[in-house]
Amino acid sequence: MSGNFSDIREQIRALCAGFPGAYWREHDRARTYPREFVDALTTGGWLACLIPEAYGGSGLGLREAAAIMEEIQASGCNGAAAHAQMYTMGTILRHGSDAQKTSYLPEIAAGRLRLQAFGVTEPESGTDTLSLRTRAVRDGDHYIVNGSKVWTSRAEHSDLMLLLARTTAREDAPSRTEGLSVFIVDLREARGKGIEIRPIPTMINHATCEVFIDNLRVPAANLIGEEGKGFRYILDGMNAERILIGAECIGDARWFVARAGDYAKTRKVFNRPIGQNQGVQFPIARAYAQMRAAALMVERAAALFDAGERCGEEANLAKLLASEASWEAADTCMQTFGGYGFAEEFDVERKFREARLYRTAPISTNMILSYVAEHVLGLPRSY
Amino acid sequence: MKVLVAIKRVIDANVKARVRQDGSGVETTNVKMAMNPFCEIAVEEAVRLKEAGKATETVVVSAGAQQTQETIRTALAIGADRGIHVPHDGALEPLAVAKMLKAVAEREQPGLVLLGKQAIDDDCNQTGQMLAALLGWPQATFASKIEIDGDSATVTREVDGGLEKIAVKMPCVITVDLRLNEPRYASLPNIMKAKKKPIDQIALADLGVDPAPRLKVLKVAEPPARGGGIKVETAAELVDKLKNAAGVI
Ligand SMILES: Cc1cc2nc3c(=O)[nH]c(=O)nc-3n(C[C@H](O)[C@H](O)[C@H](O)COP(=O)(O)OP(=O)(O)OC[C@H]3O[C@@H](n4cnc5c(N)ncnc54)[C@H](O)[C@@H]3O)c2cc1C
Repeated sequence: MSGNFSDIREQIRALCAGFPGAYWREHDRARTYPREFVDALTTGGWLACLIPEAYGGSGLGLREAAAIMEEIQASGCNGAAAHAQMYTMGTILRHGSDAQKTSYLPEIAAGRLRLQAFGVTEPESGTDTLSLRTRAVRDGDHYIVNGSKVWTSRAEHSDLMLLLARTTAREDAPSRTEGLSVFIVDLREARGKGIEIRPIPTMINHATCEVFIDNLRVPAANLIGEEGKGFRYILDGMNAERILIGAECIGDARWFVARAGDYAKTRKVFNRPIGQNQGVQFPIARAYAQMRAAALMVERAAALFDAGERCGEEANLAKLLASEASWEAADTCMQTFGGYGFAEEFDVERKFREARLYRTAPISTNMILSYVAEHVLGLPRSY
Repeated sequence: MKVLVAIKRVIDANVKARVRQDGSGVETTNVKMAMNPFCEIAVEEAVRLKEAGKATETVVVSAGAQQTQETIRTALAIGADRGIHVPHDGALEPLAVAKMLKAVAEREQPGLVLLGKQAIDDDCNQTGQMLAALLGWPQATFASKIEIDGDSATVTREVDGGLEKIAVKMPCVITVDLRLNEPRYASLPNIMKAKKKPIDQIALADLGVDPAPRLKVLKVAEPPARGGGIKVETAAELVDKLKNAAGVI
């Protein structure tokens, strides 16, 4: 368990108790957004924990935020429906103008404004963010944007979207990482007027979408920071995202280990609990050990982030190790449950599907390994 | 009007209680603790009275080990204004707690003392009644509805076979039952505010209370394991089983 914060954890567990497996199964089956759960988190002020008190949030650090997310997952709920409301605002907080901060942050803190969508990934660029093609061209006091995004999660359930678009052609940009800019897009105004959102049916209930952008007019006042510096702005936000997703994976792993353990104690085959067999015990014990180890890395990364220190390596390692620990635990839990792991009523198959995501998104395992190889170990650049 | 709420830290309701190896009591080391659920209802009611403008201040008091302060913080996060911690390691009997509460009530001069009807650890159901007797105040136990009007309270009580409505003059002692309200979850901003609210410490001795036990616990044992049930075919067979196998009629 990363950090302690028992007061926070206890309240989250109490809140989550109101959203049992049956609630999630129903939304999962119907592929509907768990609005009631997100509303409960919003009303409780939980999603505003990282927003400074001056803007109406609780001004807490990433360690507390991690405790919240971990506990949500460990309770069997799915924080993915809401986690972005916590950290997406970080880009505005750190790089936005005073006018942007005072107009958006208090509304986001109060839950009146949902900033849940972040459009980075594109059909043609994928992992290679720098080659994204969505183009924003200045036109008086507006930018005209054209292009498309894919896998933009929660776009249908968000009022605002952060959008990463190219403002300087790649060949004209002063450096490889310059030429991209971040914009705040008001989806409430833009839908049907330059933005079309289409949900993508997926193996999990994640409300993820395709976003088509056609001559969208974005006020120049909605540009965050300086034009062309957008890639740098989103990088530190990505560290926060990776650490929090890592914490979610730890919560998932705890859930799987607990479920597997309970089941192994009670399921009797050959006149003994299956958990009496070391062949059943050991994978659960190993999954537990891996979860604990990964939790230490999540904690370390969050502590560095909160101290304002460099944490790129730790954030990436935390996400890598935690997503692997939760996947190991998921597979072990599935195996422990035998055939019943496949039955919807035990929630194992749902959590199994959901846990798999974090080896792919928000950054896939290979990209982290390549970051570690190149930037930490100094191996030759591969792409 | 000030409301004083007495709360107790007990084994979490979701934890399966285990008897200590030596039979001297229930195991509490490394066991998850929480506020007694009935006390939580009492705190919630006090906060609602304040929100409704009927109470001016809500004060929670609890006797117990150092960690009792966490439980007091939980009450402050629900919305109580300040806390009083009376440090004491080990168990306190209901009479000692009632004497402690009497001394605190004399200092604080509340118009109303709210307590849970019982604590889920020992299920004594005595403290509120003893406190009312010691103070010489009216009492209304097992409340499922409380209406305050001026200096009197109309209380709906859950009694065997139904509900009873009584009016009591304030100041009074009310113990609360399960259906009185549903306690809220503490929000994050309220947890943060609770950290800044004051908790005073008062020693038992300063309240003139002698914590020495008057009762002796001889032995605590697990209830006997339940045997499996049986199915009966007819009413006659049922009567026969009740009479001859179970020996209850
Ligand atoms: C449910 C879901 C929600 C998402 N939500 C969002 C969102 O809200 N916003 C957003 O912007 N994006 C989102 N994404 C996108 C996600 O971040 C990308 O899917 C992910 O970064 C991988 O990009 P890709 O799918 O294009 O894969 P590709 O880039 O096509 O990669 C495919 C595979 O090849 C591997 N690979 C590629 N290049 C290399 C290399 N050089 N060396 C080794 N391996 C390589 C990758 O690791 C991966 O395994 C979401 C995705 C999913 C599935």
